[in-house]
Amino acid sequence: MKLTLRVWRQRGADAPGHMASYEVDGISEDMSFLEMLDTLNEDLILRGEDPVAFDHDCREGICGACSLVINGDAHGPERTTTCQLHMRSFADGDTIDVEPWRAAAFPVVKDLVVDRGAFDRIIQAGGYITAPTGSAPEAHATAVPKADADFAFEHAECIGCGACVAACPNGSAMLFTSAKVNHLNVLPQGSPERETRVLDMVARMDEEGFGGCTLTGECATACPKGIPLPSIAAMNKEWLRAVRKGPR
Amino acid sequence: MSSYAHHTTGEPIADTKAPEGPIADRWDRRRFEAKLVNPANRRKHTVIVVGTGLAGGSAGATLAEQGYHVVQFCFSDSPRRAHSIAAQGGINAAKNYRNDGDSVHRLFYDTVKGGDFRARESNVHRLAQISVEIIDQCVAQGVPFAREYGGLLDTRSFGGVQVSRTFYARGQTGQQLLLGAYQALSRQIAAGNVEMHARTEMLDLIVVDGVARGIVARDLITGELSTHYADAVVLASGGYGNVFYLSTNAMNSNATAVWRAHRRGAWFANPCFTQIHPTCIPRTGDHQSKLTLMSESLRNDGRIWVPRAKGDTRPAADIPEAERDYYLERIYPSFGNLVPRDIASRAAKNVCDEGRGVGPGGQGVYLDFADAIRRMGRDKVAEKYGNLFEMYERITAENPYEVPMRIYPAVHYTMGGLWVDYDLQTTVPGLFAIGEANFSDHGANRLGASALMQGLADGYFVLPSTINDYLARHPHRDTVDDAHPEAQAVVGETRERLEKLLAVDGDRTPDSFHREIGELMWEYCGMARSEQGLRKALDRIPQIREEFWRRIKVPGTGDEFNQSLEKANRIVDYLELAELMCLDALHRSESCGGHFREESQTPDGEAARRDEAFAYAAAWEFTATGTAPVLHKEDLVFEYVHPTQRSYA
Amino acid sequence: MALATRTRTSAPSHGPHGPQGSRSPSFWRSTIGKKTVMAVSGLIMLGYLVVHMLGNLKIFFGADEFNGYAHWLRTLGSPFLHYEWALWLVRVLLLAAVVAHAVSAYQLSRLDIKARPVKYVHKRRRASYATRTMRWGGIILGLFIVWHLLDLTTLTVNERAWAGHPYENVLATFSTWYGNTIYIVAMAALGLHVRHGFWSAAQTLGAGSARRERTLKAFANGLAVVLFAGFVSVPVAVMTGMVN
Repeated sequence: MKLTLRVWRQRGADAPGHMASYEVDGISEDMSFLEMLDTLNEDLILRGEDPVAFDHDCREGICGACSLVINGDAHGPERTTTCQLHMRSFADGDTIDVEPWRAAAFPVVKDLVVDRGAFDRIIQAGGYITAPTGSAPEAHATAVPKADADFAFEHAECIGCGACVAACPNGSAMLFTSAKVNHLNVLPQGSPERETRVLDMVARMDEEGFGGCTLTGECATACPKGIPLPSIAAMNKEWLRAVRKGPR
Repeated sequence: MSSYAHHTTGEPIADTKAPEGPIADRWDRRRFEAKLVNPANRRKHTVIVVGTGLAGGSAGATLAEQGYHVVQFCFSDSPRRAHSIAAQGGINAAKNYRNDGDSVHRLFYDTVKGGDFRARESNVHRLAQISVEIIDQCVAQGVPFAREYGGLLDTRSFGGVQVSRTFYARGQTGQQLLLGAYQALSRQIAAGNVEMHARTEMLDLIVVDGVARGIVARDLITGELSTHYADAVVLASGGYGNVFYLSTNAMNSNATAVWRAHRRGAWFANPCFTQIHPTCIPRTGDHQSKLTLMSESLRNDGRIWVPRAKGDTRPAADIPEAERDYYLERIYPSFGNLVPRDIASRAAKNVCDEGRGVGPGGQGVYLDFADAIRRMGRDKVAEKYGNLFEMYERITAENPYEVPMRIYPAVHYTMGGLWVDYDLQTTVPGLFAIGEANFSDHGANRLGASALMQGLADGYFVLPSTINDYLARHPHRDTVDDAHPEAQAVVGETRERLEKLLAVDGDRTPDSFHREIGELMWEYCGMARSEQGLRKALDRIPQIREEFWRRIKVPGTGDEFNQSLEKANRIVDYLELAELMCLDALHRSESCGGHFREESQTPDGEAARRDEAFAYAAAWEFTATGTAPVLHKEDLVFEYVHPTQRSYA
Repeated sequence: MALATRTRTSAPSHGPHGPQGSRSPSFWRSTIGKKTVMAVSGLIMLGYLVVHMLGNLKIFFGADEFNGYAHWLRTLGSPFLHYEWALWLVRVLLLAAVVAHAVSAYQLSRLDIKARPVKYVHKRRRASYATRTMRWGGIILGLFIVWHLLDLTTLTVNERAWAGHPYENVLATFSTWYGNTIYIVAMAALGLHVRHGFWSAAQTLGAGSARRERTLKAFANGLAVVLFAGFVSVPVAVMTGMVN
């Protein structure tokens, strides 16, 4: 396959950026999208040019590092992570636009790499259960109904990639935040901090400069792990409940 | 012949920290005998933790909870991305919830035996004891383990063990355990007890008067080199499987932290013990950047075969039954497709070497579900393996319900690592190694679902107890800073190395060297090793190293975000570590676990262990780059589990 | 090449909030709080619109019934309430709802636009038309309300204004081409706005769940269609001469 890539190039956080055009040839349809970029970078290095910087690590769809907007879609046309997107989803001769996640809370570091530290800070605000090592009771002391355990798991699957924010026209982090709130709030272990958790995480989310939710549903469509849109309604309910009751 | 192979043997080494007495009491005794640090004094102690995977994340959180000041590093943009996240299967624990005869002693026994009798008994027993507490801890943190309808935890059996002791969270157990540790760590970061440095990579260790006192790290965004000082340094930087270029490890997993520590005096134990996992998706071409594991559970219902004839390129469906070789069922009639990982891997390599492999390049064997679909029905197969089939189809564009899967072995885990005593302290006082970074508890082969157990045992429970003893005995009242000549020397060397990488301006990319060393290692230090092959590799490695420093091309500068520079700097260390791995494999002229020496086989082609000569852990002491290291042997004594030869025929 | 060297002292860097320092944020400062205000005020207006639409349909029963209904609205609650008090109470409540709705919408929109300062070069739209037009639709509705009040409440812009005779005034409005155009366009905007707005409000107030999603969406669509059809039936009837 022969392709034309138009890639966002930006030397550093404060540098101006632009879309640069590159031709890549000899692309196999079995390559992953990132392997295609590897090929481009090998060429660029040998030509003495600066290779394209992009985040990636596990390349099996679970670490959440990869983060490309491909032809306007976070993680590209398939519902998966960029690393699990293969070139057979494209046709010979295609022009492909590759851009970084765009959100005020995710400033560009270089080229296609952004800073997602805001997500860590949302978790730090309350996305945990206080259980210092050694203090745990016997695991079977509290049974968790299977439905609750499954609900928790469904939300715990979030990989923190940020595709939800990238896809949202408002740069909102509601889906990410709600996934963690719902995972922990439904469990009996998480209930003592149920109110403070949602209040603090939402407050932190707002402070980080993410936009509000207008229920466009783009986030859930882009989510490679299928965190469902009603997750947001469930968090709203938790938040309103916490506001009513006040932090315990 | 390279002079590197002429290693000398030095003083034997012994673990002096494990107490005497009945094995079941040793951990209690050690905890009692270890000195404690007064809680009020703990915040005056700083501990550096490198890495945020299961071991590092849990250790950082726990040490901070205890009151220590923790300074932690990861090269990813967030501590949550460490490669522990990719573990699929589960975590073992001797809970005996099934009432199926499991016990701490049985888990201990299975692990020592599974490791082919090359692990230290007291460590393994402690691991089995702690396994029980890990599950309690993780459940309290909200890890959503699979549950049954009654609301209690579900377990499954795994990896040829006869009891059901593996706890799991669908196929994402590693992710859920890691997020538990990450969340505990996040709580401590918010509390100000952990100073987290993301996108910061450790490049060297600062040793002052023989004691580990700090590290040199590079901010990957600005390129700035920084020094960090502490009372103890903990390496939780993972394994070194990426020496092989293609492995199931994450792209950025690397050996720099452990290798730099090795160069500064920490001995490296059993570097040749690598685990090759039999069920990975084969490579599709030269562009391949990494390999993806398919869960081992597929072997429960899939049948493994290759064509009988060499170079048979017909599609699988056109090959009649009589012309297929179900080689595992043929060679191992009693275990069939369920032989242990190392045996399945080697058998696949053998048939491919005979020219009977399938798929592009002949590097693959079929894992066929046609019989299972006939027997159980397609729906039942989909229910059991649907998500794996989907994953396979996404990567290969082949539908495994219609055509057999193709699989091939791939490097997965490294049992070797920095030598540590019972306290998990390396041979450099004040330097600790936990998780996959140490040589620890798995001997020559790791059982499925035991890596997560070990990482969390080390991080949550072992290190936080044993490090107290060190800190209580070594109250560093003198402060080391950048003015210290040792610190200046280490920073100077680091800077020099980076500058040199940038200055060569040759004509080969970092990846091209990485691929070359990886292919060499896979060929000669992979699934089967021979004296001749290892000697060839030992001759070749110094040549590659020389060429590297002549022809490497790293674009850009050192004071910016430069992924090529990061890569090249890691390859510098692979080029030295590879040599030690080959030497270790060469000197250990027995076969054991993941280490198969062609010269040491039973008459029917199975691994032959030689306990009389090799019942020891090999700890290597660094001398100089390209110069023979010194071997120190730690004799392994088996008081509770008697070594036997494995047989699966 | 110059590589700067930096020394980090191990001073603990405390997070912005203590470990247990739970802040009870002001309701209004939170994006969810603002959205709640929007949802509640929107639902109040929506309730009013349903009643308003039903009242409008009285036009099909002739001038007397319609004008009588208008008069009854002013004497509602009498004798407990003075003439037009009930109406004014409703007007005050509605004004508060409009202001709250508009202010929260304005503030949220500003936050949203600020949160995505750089747009993608490769444009791609997937959200529904109703979703994408919430802001513009809201502005159109705001302008419409002003015109509507000037036209039929204060009669400022009504060409044949006749105080106390709403039936005749309505006929006057819908006998002009621009009156019909403005009205029908605004009602279309209303339908779209309600379609996404009702569903969105339900999510904001936490009523959404995977199970109820279809029901809520169907209800929102039904409500939008009923409101549009009910309101637009009046100008259509006037235009076609059914009402004269």
